[in-house]
Amino acid sequence: MLAVTGSDGVTGEPTTFKREMLATLPSLRAFAVSLTGKHDKADDLVQDTVMKAWAKQSSFEMGTNIKAWLFTILRNEFYSQMRKRGREVQDSDGIFTERLSVHPAQYGSMDMQDFKKALAQLPDDQREAVILIGASGFSYEEAAEICDCAVGTMKSRVSRARTRLQDILKISGEADYGPDAVSAQVTTTNHSF
Amino acid sequence: MMKEKLVTQQRMRTQAVRADDGLGPNTDIGARLRALYGAVQDEGVPEQLLDLLEKLDSAEQAQKVKNAGRDGE
Repeated sequence: MLAVTGSDGVTGEPTTFKREMLATLPSLRAFAVSLTGKHDKADDLVQDTVMKAWAKQSSFEMGTNIKAWLFTILRNEFYSQMRKRGREVQDSDGIFTERLSVHPAQYGSMDMQDFKKALAQLPDDQREAVILIGASGFSYEEAAEICDCAVGTMKSRVSRARTRLQDILKISGEADYGPDAVSAQVTTTNHSF
Repeated sequence: MMKEKLVTQQRMRTQAVRADDGLGPNTDIGARLRALYGAVQDEGVPEQLLDLLEKLDSAEQAQKVKNAGRDGE
């Protein structure tokens, strides 16, 4: 299938593209899991993305944001596959479900389970927005470019997602303000949202 | 010491940037999002993906050799 001979030190240049791609894979894969809801599908998606990206690497300018570039390819690939296949029903537990054996110490597993379910209730565009900004570490400008929307649209999606999550989980935005601030916010929830 | 100061400054900047979207370090939602995302990130990259990258890279290098050989003839 693929020739695998004569690979070492031919040009003498380190393959920067490959190295930068490798560095981005863990985050890219986490985003893929958040989109597909399943690890096996996420890995297929990342694989397709890697091949696509490799094929069009000449269109990538070294020194620019390879992470955003790869996320854009993966997202486009995901939605184009979805359109072809039709929307599949997501796992009943929502996203980030399978093989997620590591539960962060500060949260009980039920707590995270609730959070996953809440995330799954968000519209797709709001969920990806809140993940790109809140977890992947992109700026609003980068996330807007990845999702092919205006920066203002991205901001409003994140804001709606956050409000919706707080609503579903009945939690306040700030966790460190002590019990008084928290209970005060909880009692005003219905009015302020 | 200097490094610590730098880290703190960076953290404060991030905090300032994220302050308006409710996803900053002190927020429940931001912390839980990053915990979920981080757990997947920490799983590492599956072997098959690493193999794929190696193969793509090797194929490209092999192609370069082939082309270089042809040019030399």
